[in-house]
Amino acid sequence: MELEALSFKYSGEERLALNNVSLRAKAGEYILLTGPSGCGKSTLARVLIGLIPHFYSGELNGKAIVAGYDIMRTPTYVLAKHVGLVFQDPENQLFLSNVEREIAFGLENIGLSAREIGRRVMKTMKELNIYHLKDKAPYELSGGQQQKVAIASVLAMEPEILILDEPTANLDPRSADEILGLIHSLVREKGILAILIEHRLELAAKYVSRIIIMNEGSIIADGDPRNVLLNPKANIIGVPNVVTLSRRMCETGIKLNKIPLTPHEFVSAVRSLVKNYERSYRS
Amino acid sequence: MREAIEVKDLYFSYNGEKFVLRGINMSVRKGEVVAIMGENGAGKTTLIKHFNGLLKPLKGYVRVLGKDTKEESVATLSRYVGMVFQNPDHQLFGETVEKEVEFALRNLGFEDDVVKRRVKWALKLMELDEYRDRSPYTLSVGEKKRLTIASVLAYDPEIIVMDEPTAGQDALQKEKIAEIGKLLKHRKKTVIIVTHDVEFVARRVDRVILMADGQVIAEGDKRDVLTDLELLDKARLIPPQIPHIAWLLNKEGLIDNYKVIHVDELVRILVNLMK
Repeated sequence: MELEALSFKYSGEERLALNNVSLRAKAGEYILLTGPSGCGKSTLARVLIGLIPHFYSGELNGKAIVAGYDIMRTPTYVLAKHVGLVFQDPENQLFLSNVEREIAFGLENIGLSAREIGRRVMKTMKELNIYHLKDKAPYELSGGQQQKVAIASVLAMEPEILILDEPTANLDPRSADEILGLIHSLVREKGILAILIEHRLELAAKYVSRIIIMNEGSIIADGDPRNVLLNPKANIIGVPNVVTLSRRMCETGIKLNKIPLTPHEFVSAVRSLVKNYERSYRS
Repeated sequence: MREAIEVKDLYFSYNGEKFVLRGINMSVRKGEVVAIMGENGAGKTTLIKHFNGLLKPLKGYVRVLGKDTKEESVATLSRYVGMVFQNPDHQLFGETVEKEVEFALRNLGFEDDVVKRRVKWALKLMELDEYRDRSPYTLSVGEKKRLTIASVLAYDPEIIVMDEPTAGQDALQKEKIAEIGKLLKHRKKTVIIVTHDVEFVARRVDRVILMADGQVIAEGDKRDVLTDLELLDKARLIPPQIPHIAWLLNKEGLIDNYKVIHVDELVRILVNLMK
């Protein structure tokens, strides 16, 4: 994926929704895209799947190459085979009578053979561990299960890029954690590029390989999760408490060897510090 | 009377077979900010629908400001209990943002100038005044949520119940919702927040009611409930990070006190440890 000096303004609005966004990402990355409401992250997602410029009217400038296709010149039905989108509310995405048919729907639409459809549906259900749900209607499922089915129906298309727009906002923390972890293993196993839009950093930070923060249409921080969260600019997104704690420790002169992203990482950092202190005390 | 809400031995079933609430006992005192927590399906939303009489107990009773909800209409109870539901799409129907907020006020028969003043106040409070003339359906999820909160605050009920107010909100808006909670507490309102946002609860409420499987499994000061990791595990909640760290450090024998919920407290403890 390659974006260069990308700007977009919705028609009828004065403000740029995207303001000079440049960004490169490659297969195997799991990127957390975050920022305050209205910062442009959903607009960016719309560009990446071609809804902008093809379905939203407005003024798009710059360059956007996604999965090797120039967004400006590629119809969305072509992009749809390469870029998958999972929405916040699976209820809006699921509409068929059972899980198996739901997952097959996109595949039928791109005209695959019945055999290939059967193979992909089976494979995806097994990968996501939802085979036992195959005959259930989406409304019979819990929110977490529904979201897994929505992800399955997108993954079955075998996209190179997966975009998830707040996929866990309506789930309880454990189901959310499970989904975010599932995406982590999908990225590793399949070598796809995943872009996750999410507000809850305390859940997401530990899984991702990179964090991008947007504000007012521009990227204001981009990099390794630990470095980005230490950046004062990250304050607008609500830094997880474990990072705040480490920063505060640092201010009092106690430096941890690595910025922790989870309680367990924090405790092991403290453990090694305590050991060092004891060692230096003895000698 | 100190109780805003009193629930005694409440049983409820949607289909007459499977009970989704099984013997709930709990109460909320006037002026308290309380969180009801538990995983999806624990029965939280079913419980709060009893507070304004949308659902009536099959067994047991629910009293709101001393009134048995079985003997009151939803309309009467709604004067005292303002509900902000989880999915704003189920609640919004006004033509414009302004009309949405006016609706309850007009229904309750307030005078025109009062309606105008209250609408203005509520929209400003929730930072929605610039959207006054827009259709609620054109707003983002977060903005819609704030609009439902504005509609309830505008008519000034005694008890405000919010179902997952922080879901999908960014850090700034969460802070805003927390400020609203503070403001309401200051005005002696009773606030009940249904949520699984443990970090929000750790900082912002007084007391926690923990539900699992249609029952209340714990009720107490947030410092006791949120630092009991076995209890949180039973409710299938992920512990807040600070109590989690304190619990782990305590298990390793590094610190004695594990009932820690704020960053500042833990910094102090750790600085002492390293001295």
